[in-house]
This record gives sequence, structure tokens and C-alpha cells, in this order.
Amino acid sequence: MNFENRAPRYVIICLTFLIIAGCSETSEFNPETADIVGEEEATLTLPPNVPPPIDRDHATKLIVNMEVVEKEMRLADGVTYMMWTFGGSVPGKFIRAREGDMIEFHLQNHPDNKLPHNIDLHSVNGPGGGAESTFTAPGRETVFTFRALNPGLYVYHCATAPVGMHIANGMYGLILIEPAEGLPEVDKEYYVMQSEFYTEGDYGERGLQPFDMNRAIEEDPEYVVFNGSVGAMMHEQAITAERGDNVRLFVGNGGPNLTSSFHVIGEIFDKVFYEGGDQFQTNVQTTAVPAGGSAMVEFETEVPGEFILVDHAIFRAFNKGALATLAVSGEDDENVFTGQQLERVYQPEGGAIQDIPEEERIVPVAETLDERIEFGRETYASVCQACHMADGTGIEGAFPPVAGSDYITDNPDLAISAVVHGLSGEITVNGEVYNGVMPRQNLTNEEVANVVTYIMNEFDNGGGQVTPDDVQQVREQSSLDS
Amino acid sequence: MIKSRAAITVILFFAWFPLHAQTDEMALIPKGKFMPFYSFTDDSVTVDSFYLSKYQVTNSEFLKFVTENPKWRQSQVKKVFADEGYLKHWAGDLNLGPDSDQIKNSPVTNVSWFAARAYAKWKGKRLPTLNEWEYAAAASHKARIANRDPEFVQTIMDWYSQPNPEFMPAVGLQEANYHGLHDMHGLIWEWVMDFNTVFISGESRADQGELKQFFCAAGSAAATDADKENYAAFLRYAFRGSLEADFSVGNLGFRLAMDH
Repeated sequence: MNFENRAPRYVIICLTFLIIAGCSETSEFNPETADIVGEEEATLTLPPNVPPPIDRDHATKLIVNMEVVEKEMRLADGVTYMMWTFGGSVPGKFIRAREGDMIEFHLQNHPDNKLPHNIDLHSVNGPGGGAESTFTAPGRETVFTFRALNPGLYVYHCATAPVGMHIANGMYGLILIEPAEGLPEVDKEYYVMQSEFYTEGDYGERGLQPFDMNRAIEEDPEYVVFNGSVGAMMHEQAITAERGDNVRLFVGNGGPNLTSSFHVIGEIFDKVFYEGGDQFQTNVQTTAVPAGGSAMVEFETEVPGEFILVDHAIFRAFNKGALATLAVSGEDDENVFTGQQLERVYQPEGGAIQDIPEEERIVPVAETLDERIEFGRETYASVCQACHMADGTGIEGAFPPVAGSDYITDNPDLAISAVVHGLSGEITVNGEVYNGVMPRQNLTNEEVANVVTYIMNEFDNGGGQVTPDDVQQVREQSSLDS
Repeated sequence: MIKSRAAITVILFFAWFPLHAQTDEMALIPKGKFMPFYSFTDDSVTVDSFYLSKYQVTNSEFLKFVTENPKWRQSQVKKVFADEGYLKHWAGDLNLGPDSDQIKNSPVTNVSWFAARAYAKWKGKRLPTLNEWEYAAAASHKARIANRDPEFVQTIMDWYSQPNPEFMPAVGLQEANYHGLHDMHGLIWEWVMDFNTVFISGESRADQGELKQFFCAAGSAAATDADKENYAAFLRYAFRGSLEADFSVGNLGFRLAMDH
């Protein structure tokens, strides 16, 4: 990326200073012995939100209250699932702490729950990651304390027997241990976690879907989703940024089984802190996020548009739900991306010559209505007939009729427009709805006038004549809507 | 003479009456073998014949118990015998609350193991052992032993995928199993006498290392029906492992057993 070109010199100087200052600080900082100053309760956030960066310059006693709730939640439209959750959401609430913090973890198992639960935080140095210390019956609370010795982005999950079932039912989330010097400031941070669901019903089957153990053992999920449900981050719930923002995604994978090939369509990750660790790779297209693992990805949104987050094991994206949207607003930048500049029929075997300036082809000029109809017949046969049929009746459901067509008789300009501009989307012809695409045809004004006149006269459309001037007029309008 | 005859009559009456009541409310579970989920072919468990209640103890039955035994009322129970959640779904010591009609025939929950044991003693009975309970619960509607039957196991598993109903359903609404027992699955968890003998520390993966049977149970590679059963039963064992005798849990009640 071209930071050097854009950043004014004083920014570079400041950055250099900060890096030096940061280094001297961290060389003295020892997360195991740092003084614990004060006490505070951690702010936890629901996905896709992330708690604000930590502005403390010291370690503290950080109290985390995490409530386990078993509740019926949406898995897809019309589909619900009995989710076992950390904090009432899948994935569980995001925890943000600082290297050196003394974290007092409270696990509260709601009295209405059926199952005992616990938590294994991968950020813990200790047996079970806290699982044994937090084994909690419904209606109970357990507490343990650990010191955040290793900065990084970590998965937490339930580890109560049977572990696979607890994870498969939604019990995972992320905890970020910020390095003592903090993370570089960015414009947007989001929390994205992939996971699978194994339901008795097939994908999309409505109603409350029970967990299917066989499918889980066979690692054959019906759903692969980001943030706990199909479409959790799409449409109104899409995550957003503005053009030019630096975006940081905290990406986790709860599994229980699959490794994610995490990819954002139309973006290149400027940096990937792979596996949630300290090292980063630059210029990454797709990064592997293992079950029970994470990655931090950072990128600048150079141009506006909708950027789709996928598991690039692509059937999971389009058949099982692993899709999310990052909507970037702002002005286009044609220096980076132009959008479509040209669309045309490509015919490698020759055929009609494409996009040659009009009137260059030698086309006989019709002197009379009869000649126009006759010339039009030839054009129809070579260009239109394949779809609209020799008798103009079209093919029901696919290609609308041009014979006895109210679409044409109501407004012949629509027929001209379809030929010169092409046509897509829903149209109604003689009461039938068609929803297809007709490519624009590269015909001269003379040819279009001929063929439309032919259609009007020979196919029971009430007669009449279209002139090349009429065609030119329609051509100058961008398109015609009925 | 008259006096002593009367005494004998009284003794006979009491000796006979409980027996009658027991056989009426209880099912005789014949001696048999079953294979706990962590076992393989050669280590079946033999269970001697015993009686087990067809139904769990209900709220109204437990109300009678605390009425006659004030020390087991919510306000008077010793803290070491029951935690603060004890009978918390009741409105008071002797009051099932405004939803009394909906819950009077539902199994009593939020009772500690100590309270369940005291109730059993008051009835001249006892809690079933873990093996007795698991053996009796291995029966489906049709078969004495069905704990490797995938269809039966799935019905057990489905309970975990259901939200709690607004009111706890009454006992006996589900079809009885092979032994004539109702609601062994799909309504509540149940205390057993020796609930804490199976050691599950909460770090289930470590347990697998320490206890060979759990390692075998969870470690088999192939996807078999036995694995599936592992999970339904594994959940029960894990649940019991999370308990202590003074805990009161919203989905945990009990039924009574008696020697044959």
C-alpha cells in the first residue's frame, strides 16, 4: 500500500517516535510482574461489535461476568435452534483485556438452563484453560482468576462433556489480549466468527431444529455461518465502513469441525496476523482460520461497494450460509477501480461483427414499406428467430412472443429499445411474466427499423412502420422502461 | 392380652400397607445386566431386582412432606442441606403460588440431594443407585435394553434441543417404558443416591485421560450408534458430575426406589 506517498512527513516522524517509545516501554514491561492498579469490570459486546480499545497504560484487575444462557434463537429464516450461549449470543460476547491484566472470571449458569457448563479460554496458562475451575451446574456461579501473559486473539469455548455437543450448540467466542503498547488505531473494528450447525432437518427446513449427532460426527453440517445465523451480517445488519477506512476484523472459528478459508470478495488483506499471533503476513487473499483458532485481518477500503465475506470453500458460502456483507460507502475512485466499462456479446467464431460503428456495414436502404418488411424478414431470421421462433410465438416461460404481443403494440418504442439497448428484468407480455435477459443487438438503425417493421406487420401486431430516425431517437435515450 | 393383639394388628397393618402402596405406585424391575455407555462387551453391570417409582415425586407430594416436616421448609432448612435456590419456584414455605394448578402434579425440582433423601426416608424408601437408574432408563417403550437403539437415543437427545415449557408438565404424560416407568427421559434430571461416584471434574478431556472408560467412550474413531448413545448418557454423567449434595437445580428432581 502506498502509505509513504500519502502520509505527510510529520506523521512518519511521529510514528517513528512512537515505535521507539513503544519499544523502550515494552522492554521493561513484564506481564507476569506488572503492578496491578485498580479494578474495573470488562465491557463485553455482542457480535459484530468490539469493545473500544483499551486506553489504560497499566495492568488492572479486570472482572469479567459471563452468563451462560440456553435459548431458542434464529438460525435462518423460519429455522430456530436451541442455542447454548455465552452472554446470550452466538458467538459469545467479545472480551477485551490488556497484557498483564489480572482477570477475575465469573461464569454464571442461568437457573433455567438444563446443562452444566464451563469455559476454556485459550488465553489462559493453566489446566483446562479454566474449564475445571468453572464447571458450573445450572443456577450456580464459579470464579477463577488468570493472568493475561500472552497478547493475542484467542478463542474461548465450553469444554463440558460432551465437548463437541456444547461447541456445536454455540458455545464459543473470542477474547482479545491487547499487547501492552496497544494495537495501532484503525477506523473500524468488527467481530466475525464462523461456525457450523448440525441439524436433524436439511438446510432451510423450517421449525425448531434439534441437534443431529450423526451429522456432527460425520462432519457434515447443514449450516456454516458467520455470527451464529444465516444472514446475521447482511442487508440492514451488514457491517459498514467508509471509503478509505482502515478496517480490522477479529476473525474466529468456533468449528466444531471445519477450518475456514476466510476471504473477502474484492478485498486484499493488507495484513493478516495469522493464527491470532504477533507475526503478520502482508497482501493476503485468503487466510486459513482453524477450528478453535483465530486471525486478525486488516485492510483499507479503497473503493465503495458491497464486499462479501465468505468461507472460500465455496459451497459453504452459497449453499450453507457462510456469507456476510461489508458495505462500504463513499465516492468511486476510478484510479483504483472503474466498474464495468463495456459489456457486449462475444462470438469467437465470427458471426455478427460487434460494436462496429453504425452504418459502416453496407445495408440496402428500403425504399418502400414492402422492401422494409422484406429486408426485416432476413434480419429476423438471422438474429431473432433462434429465441422468438420462426412464427414469433417465442418459448413460454423463457422467451416472450413477438407475435400478437401487447408489449409491442402498446408501444413499438419498447421493441426498438429492446433491440438497441437490450432488456433485463421482469416484463409482462400478454399477461405472462418473463424475467430474463435479452442482449442488445448490434444492428444499424436501418436494420432495426426493418426488423421491427417486419414484426409489426407480419406477426399480427397491427402494422405500421418504423423509420431509422425513430430508431435513432430511441437509441439516444439510455433505455426505455415500460 | 387385648392390648398386645391390637399392637400386633397395628404392626401387621403397617407392614402390609406400605407394601401395597409400593407395589401400586412402583414397578418391579427384574434383575438384569446392562452395558453403561462407557463399557464394551465384557464389562456389563448386573443390577439386582428392585422397585422403582413409576413417577417422579410431585410438587403437591413434596408439599405434604414439608408440611409434616417443618425442618425441610424453605425458611427453616439448614443451609448445609440446601442452597438458596431450594424450592424457589414456590411462593412460600407451604404455598405453591399462583400457578399451583399448573404445577401441583409436575415433578418437584429445586430440591437438594439431602432433601430428596429425607423425603425418601420419610416414605420408608430410598433413592435409586446410579446403576439402578441407568439400567431402568435404558428401556424404551418396547425393549428392556434400548440404549444402543439410535431412534430411542435420538428422542432422549431431543430434550436438550427443546426450550423449557412455560410450566413444567405434569408427570405421567409420556408413554411408559418397558418397565412401566414414566418420564425417565424428556422431563427432568433425577437425583440418584450415589450421584457423585462418577468422577467428572469438569475438565472432561482430562477425565478421559484419567479414566479409561471415558477415554474409550469419547475416543472411538468410527461414527457408530454407540457413539451417539455416548452423548445422551455422557450428558447425564456430566450433569451429575457438576452437582453437589446441597445444590437445588431448576430441572432436577427425583423418584423413589426400594429393595425387592
